[in-house]
Amino acid sequence: MNIDQTSTVPSSSERSYPPIGWLSTGALAMVIIGGILMASYAPRKAPLGAATTLLVVGASLLLSAGVLLVSVKDFSRTTFFKVFKWAIFADLVTAALIEFAFVRDHTNGESLLIVTGMLAVFTLSVPTTIAFTVARYAED
Amino acid sequence: MTDTVNDVASLMSDGPPLNRPKIQVVPLKGLPISAAAVVFVTLAIAGNWQWALVFCHVAGGGLWTGIDLFVGLVLGPILGRLSIPARAEFAARFMPKMVIIMPTVVMMTLATGFQIARKMGNLYAKSPNHSWLIASFCVVGVMAVIALGILEPANIAVLFEMNKPVPNGELIGRLMKRFIYTAGITGLMQIATLIIMTRVATQ
Repeated sequence: MNIDQTSTVPSSSERSYPPIGWLSTGALAMVIIGGILMASYAPRKAPLGAATTLLVVGASLLLSAGVLLVSVKDFSRTTFFKVFKWAIFADLVTAALIEFAFVRDHTNGESLLIVTGMLAVFTLSVPTTIAFTVARYAED
Repeated sequence: MTDTVNDVASLMSDGPPLNRPKIQVVPLKGLPISAAAVVFVTLAIAGNWQWALVFCHVAGGGLWTGIDLFVGLVLGPILGRLSIPARAEFAARFMPKMVIIMPTVVMMTLATGFQIARKMGNLYAKSPNHSWLIASFCVVGVMAVIALGILEPANIAVLFEMNKPVPNGELIGRLMKRFIYTAGITGLMQIATLIIMTRVATQ
């Protein structure tokens, strides 16, 4: 008996995935709000409690995206990493430039630590969103 | 624009693979120009080089705002009236260039803008420009989330899809809808940027 396998296996565009893209975009939004908060107080010291909270929420969202990403099935990891490595290269350059500007402006201590943490979340969240959006529709 | 999306879907979903050259998602020829811009901005910040800071901010900001508004308000509607093959060919050549151009001009604008504000004392709470700058940070924040979290992933995904032997037109249409939904917000934010920056420059 012949069975048309293609009718039962959903194509890449029909498969449903956990909200990995939204979680990593949420992480990006959190660190951008945190960055605005830090920048709006410059050159004074920003309230670090609020900035730390935003960083922790952003990092948690990114971590959740990472955990979901590891557990997801029927997903082209080859395409994901192919896109991720290019995107992280571009975002590392941007993050390094921002970090350099903050160091050049004599940001130090806890403030610099929080800014560095936010930049780390930024550097990982954007490539995650881009690579996931591409890889979820890949067929290999 | 809805018609556009449906047309693309009907054209590309079915039929034999098209014989067309592969799209280079990241145009490697553009990378040295982008790298030169990064080096120039870094030198400007490191040396506190007033002219270079202002040049990068004005040139980058002008290009960023100009390109966004031109593409959204002028090019977009024209594209909507082109034939589907013409539109697909245009997108295949245009979108990879945007992958290089937009991050470069955004980086030039933001990195130098913050330095200029700090140097001119606009970041101090007592400065008459302080509240305008906070408003501009918020505007840039909204645009950054839209650009990095919504549009750039869609742009790259469309290019990858167009490189497949038989692209899924319905999927391309769905991803392209993100540009339609966010065009209004981006346009408003760019106009707000123009108002804020001209206020800051004249106070």
